[in-house]
Amino acid sequence: MGQGAGQILVYAAVLVAASYPLGIWMARVYTRERGDVVERGFLRLLGRDAASDQTWKQYGLSVLVFSIAFSVFLYGLLRLQGHLFLNPDHLPAVPWAVALNTTASFVTNTNWQYYGGETTMSYLSQMAGLAVQQFVSAGVGLAVLAAVIRGIARRGGGAGLGNFWRDLYRSIVFVLLPLSLVLAVVLIWQGVPQTFHAHATATTLQGAHQTIARGPVASMIAIKQLGTNGGGYYNSNSAVPFENPTPLSNFLEVLAILLIPFAQVVMFGRMALARRHAWVLYAVCCTIFAAGVAVAFPAEQHGSQVLRDSGVDITQTAQQSGGNMTDKEIRFGIANTALWATATTDVSNGSVDGGHDALTPAAGAVPLVNMFLGEVEPGGVGSGLYGLIFYVLIAVFVAGLMVGRTPEWLGKKIEAREMKLAAVGALAVPTMVLVLTAVAVVTPAGLASIFNPGAHGFTEALYAYTSQSNNNGSAFAGYGATTFSTTLGTVALYFGRFFPLLAGLAIAGSLAAKKIVPASAGTFRTDGATFGVMLLGVIALTAGLMILPALTLGPIVEGLMH
Amino acid sequence: MARALLASVVAVAVCTVVLGFGYPALMTGFAQVAMPHQANGSLVARNGTVVGSSLAAQSFTWPRYFHERPSATTPPYNPGATTFSNLGPTSPALAELVSANAAAVLKLERPYNPGLTIHRIPVDAVVPSGSGIDPEISIAYANLQARRVADVRRMPLATVRRLIRQSTEGRAVGFLGEPGVNVLELNLALDRLGAGR
Repeated sequence: MGQGAGQILVYAAVLVAASYPLGIWMARVYTRERGDVVERGFLRLLGRDAASDQTWKQYGLSVLVFSIAFSVFLYGLLRLQGHLFLNPDHLPAVPWAVALNTTASFVTNTNWQYYGGETTMSYLSQMAGLAVQQFVSAGVGLAVLAAVIRGIARRGGGAGLGNFWRDLYRSIVFVLLPLSLVLAVVLIWQGVPQTFHAHATATTLQGAHQTIARGPVASMIAIKQLGTNGGGYYNSNSAVPFENPTPLSNFLEVLAILLIPFAQVVMFGRMALARRHAWVLYAVCCTIFAAGVAVAFPAEQHGSQVLRDSGVDITQTAQQSGGNMTDKEIRFGIANTALWATATTDVSNGSVDGGHDALTPAAGAVPLVNMFLGEVEPGGVGSGLYGLIFYVLIAVFVAGLMVGRTPEWLGKKIEAREMKLAAVGALAVPTMVLVLTAVAVVTPAGLASIFNPGAHGFTEALYAYTSQSNNNGSAFAGYGATTFSTTLGTVALYFGRFFPLLAGLAIAGSLAAKKIVPASAGTFRTDGATFGVMLLGVIALTAGLMILPALTLGPIVEGLMH
Repeated sequence: MARALLASVVAVAVCTVVLGFGYPALMTGFAQVAMPHQANGSLVARNGTVVGSSLAAQSFTWPRYFHERPSATTPPYNPGATTFSNLGPTSPALAELVSANAAAVLKLERPYNPGLTIHRIPVDAVVPSGSGIDPEISIAYANLQARRVADVRRMPLATVRRLIRQSTEGRAVGFLGEPGVNVLELNLALDRLGAGR
């Protein structure tokens, strides 16, 4: 355990050290007044919509129309891939229900996958369809976050939140693309394929025939990790050696999961001129992250009941990592798989380097709870932080009630309109998860998707709708694709993405117009440890309590029965 | 609305061209020139024939070879269609699979390891890997198989153990990840010594 814990601590130290300068850089990217010549050319090309300062409604409309346009394009591409080029393995069209779910999944930054990549998607679909969305959906998230922060930070009234197209351009060109280029090069060096050649064939040492799937993998894996996307090239995602060949590639990939999400908290502090407040949020995120690892790692090292009963050797020694090695890879062992499972659900990434369906009940509950809280620890690229802001507003409001004053946040009065939006933003998605899971476990069509028997099967369904609604994309992967489950999932994906997004923009629009109230002795301070504890409590009490009954039916029962 | 739609159509086209073709083409060009071995799948050749990839397990059943961990793919060790087993921690199917795998290991290794019991079988020898093509086994599992391979090949045990050490990938940068033994590389090294028939 000691060696594994050491690896996790080093990871945390590198994460903090790398996210800080990146956050400062990102704040500069979104506050720069005048763009470079390429940016101005790009915006001119887009026409008048890219030329104005937008209100929250105009900004939201641009986001929606753009997302719908890309959905239509991507759906068409997946349906027509059989007739198009860059399809050396001659894969046919993706079936309509899976294509629809996949379109929704990638446009919403989720990357839930009801298909096996290497057996379903042509090279063209992977790189010009899905991987493009991995940039664009993350770029949209960052753009919306920048707009929300501008609204919060605006002093002296006005309604403008910036321009969506300019923010999108800057997110991709100055944040996502440079980081992806660097990461892709390192991944290729470590062994991730990057080729347009068709699959390779080998004659094994025993004379059998072996087909080795490859393709333009590294370019996709880099942005998949950085953009909290998670949708891999291969079915087993980053457990596959071709996606994640070495412990070093694993370290960098799991670092990439949390890098931008943590940096955006730093960026928020800079842009909103609230650095101490941002550090409180940063600390809250670290606390939830640490708590998750502290549960998942020992639970997996302890091993599953089936393995302990079987009598095989699961002790940790210098010769093996031991523990619950089901659906895990030797080179990562227990510590790195538990770390990844926690990180990927603290934000909306959803990639995996080991199978989540095989996690022990306690360790499997960690990603479930993380996602259910809305992935605000610190959440997906962009989307996570405005999700966290909903909770911040609720915490400020509760604190205001306690001391009997109108709540204030960063110098602005929080009134009924903002509170309604924050409550809806924080609670709509968890409510939808519970309703969809209920539908999926009482209808015969929904039950057909369940793979494992008993309480674990319920957890599979709960996990599926939690993951899709919160735009995570990780899975208890036994949960199967049927027309019913893919359609239900498509609803969850779009609703889960755009409802909180518009609520966040609406709050920003409303805050932008407010005047600054000077702080007084009676102002509740949001930049100290008291507020941090308060915020943790609010998160636990709102979303945490909502999932408790469902957890009882799933992982808790499973853990108690054995 | 119309203005947003016009901008969207242009942006979809620009994004697809730049991010969907430009970026992967640039990376592929670079990779094929600078690191063609990795870029094409880390293929391993012997006497001019591709025998596999050092990043993918393959099926070994002959007694003179080291064997891989179990795999959940169809057929096993299929790098064309990776998959988890997705067997839950309390699943009866997992319990059956583990006891069947353990019985097979005992049957195969006990003649060379007198007194071997299930308590000495390393966990990775009986449970499926994440990808189904994990190219590595634990050092413990390699050591368990060493006596059989040495005996079948009429090779000194010390030689086999030396080859295991040479095929062991240690922790990256000295502390990251877990050590493991690459089975294909180990078996190729054994064959190179010539005692294999």
